[in-house]
Amino acid sequence: MKKLESTLPNMVIVLTCVSLISATLLGVMQQLTKEPIAQIERQTLEDGIKKVMLGGKAGELTVSRTDTVEMDNTAFIIYTAEQGGVELGKAVKATVTGFSPGLTVLTGFDVEGNILGYEILATAETPGLGAKADQWFQKGAKGDIIGKNPGANNMTVSKDGGEVDAITASTITSRAFLKAVNMEYKAISNAATEATTGATTKTEAYETAEAE
Amino acid sequence: MEYVLLAISAIFVNNVVLSQFLGICPFLGVSKKMSTAAGMGAAVTFVLTLATIVTYLLQKYVLNAFHIEYMQTILFILVIASLVQMVEIILKKMSPSLYSALGVFLPLITTNCCILGVAIIVGNGVADGSYDLIKGVVFAIATAIGYALALILFSVLREHLELMNVPEAMKGTPIALLTAGLMAMAFVGFSGMV
Amino acid sequence: MNNLKVILNGIIKENPALVLLLGMCPTLGTTTSAMNGMGMGLATMAVLMCSNTVISLIKRLIPDMVRIPSFIVIIATFVTVLEMLMKAYVPSLYASLGLFIPLIVVNCIVLGRAESFAAKNSPLASLCDGIGSGLGFTLALTMLGAIREILGSGMVFGIRLWSEDFGVLAFVLAPGAFIALAYLIVIVNKLTKKA
Repeated sequence: MKKLESTLPNMVIVLTCVSLISATLLGVMQQLTKEPIAQIERQTLEDGIKKVMLGGKAGELTVSRTDTVEMDNTAFIIYTAEQGGVELGKAVKATVTGFSPGLTVLTGFDVEGNILGYEILATAETPGLGAKADQWFQKGAKGDIIGKNPGANNMTVSKDGGEVDAITASTITSRAFLKAVNMEYKAISNAATEATTGATTKTEAYETAEAE
Repeated sequence: MEYVLLAISAIFVNNVVLSQFLGICPFLGVSKKMSTAAGMGAAVTFVLTLATIVTYLLQKYVLNAFHIEYMQTILFILVIASLVQMVEIILKKMSPSLYSALGVFLPLITTNCCILGVAIIVGNGVADGSYDLIKGVVFAIATAIGYALALILFSVLREHLELMNVPEAMKGTPIALLTAGLMAMAFVGFSGMV
Repeated sequence: MNNLKVILNGIIKENPALVLLLGMCPTLGTTTSAMNGMGMGLATMAVLMCSNTVISLIKRLIPDMVRIPSFIVIIATFVTVLEMLMKAYVPSLYASLGLFIPLIVVNCIVLGRAESFAAKNSPLASLCDGIGSGLGFTLALTMLGAIREILGSGMVFGIRLWSEDFGVLAFVLAPGAFIALAYLIVIVNKLTKKA
């Protein structure tokens, strides 16, 4: 078989064919892998919630409610966790930008707002550097944040006057991580106030209706 | 202020070559003479800025709009390849001397991973709003400046290395890599800045 | 026999990372641990094998002037497929390699082998070349990753050899990557050239 000449129609036809075949292949692959990817994401989230709420201990818990709060163009997803009908606290998931976008942090808070645990669900930071965040802030590690309360403690890196040690050579990632935790705490309080004000509005409306 | 911080962090603290490891091949390849290094730096700055703008718009109005995010890699690399072709043609017309100096390395900008890398970083940040067009462009320009800076500094060091008596087995790339390592060490010092 | 030679050639005489000095970015960027290095090497090898075979199969159908764009599209397709598969079946490795997976597209090794080998040889030989170059790359990355992991954090493949307090942080950080690779190349130079 002779090699195709570089004539204009030949080139256009070949490039179009190559692109079409690639696009079709990718479309098919995307359909095939969509379900496993979604399932893995669900599984990671479930395991993550368990881990951050129970602090590594075994046990069963149920997510009784899922709320979404929008703040500063970021969506915070709040999972209310219950164990045997008693509220344990809330796990919050948010995605922020470290050095590159896509640092997804899941943090567990107890009912008072103390940090029970955290988990990095996704990261696009430099391998080995910023990626260290998944251990750096755990209990007993150098930047331990477990048990602290973002409402009472100054949860910023020590360079900014806070009380958390930043990851060596990864201040930006540390800052982004702590920002995520602080914002998640705020998201919970916002959600709580909204719920209360919502309730008050409702009561008032009820009273007005009765007075009439 | 936010943009200044972003720029400083991209130029010094997270220097694209010395701490992110993007675009190493041309970094080692065209850094033997300062004049070529400066030319390469300029070409990268130009292509990187242009590519980031185009890929940002594509990501926002094509990939995200039609939910075909999985076509990102293919689309971006094609855009970059055509942009490089264009720059090559323009340069050939406008400045033949620079064109002949950059020689084979101009087509290699296509496979310079710092261009695709920045395009993907900015592109992935479109959906959740962490990068808008201005921020993306600032990031691209700052990254390119960081790249040019590292490349030019490195070429000056290498010009001096030419005169040194280097052990046989270390000649060429190994000694260049060692120099780059020492430079990277100096750049780690910048991490205190931001 | 000949194909075996092609494979060995890719591993030793023309080792992409240590002799040809191609694909430096992932070599330096992903070798913070032996595991990451090996993962990156194997991912690149998978793409190399597929792209080499396919390009060799259709080399006569592609006019010379659109050769490079066609190759790039083919490579990018395989990289994206690989990305999806990794996301679905090895999410933790995918997460730790991050940006460097889509960047396999611009890895000079893949396009280089396509251009210099697959475009001229039979599909079987090209597949062997892909395996050889891929293995050579994997070997180099695993070695570099292991060196950096041992020196930097006192572990190898996640097994602790000594306390982290004796680790030299610089080897996990950027400078260590350059320096470790420099000495690895020196050793290879010394051995191959018998200087």
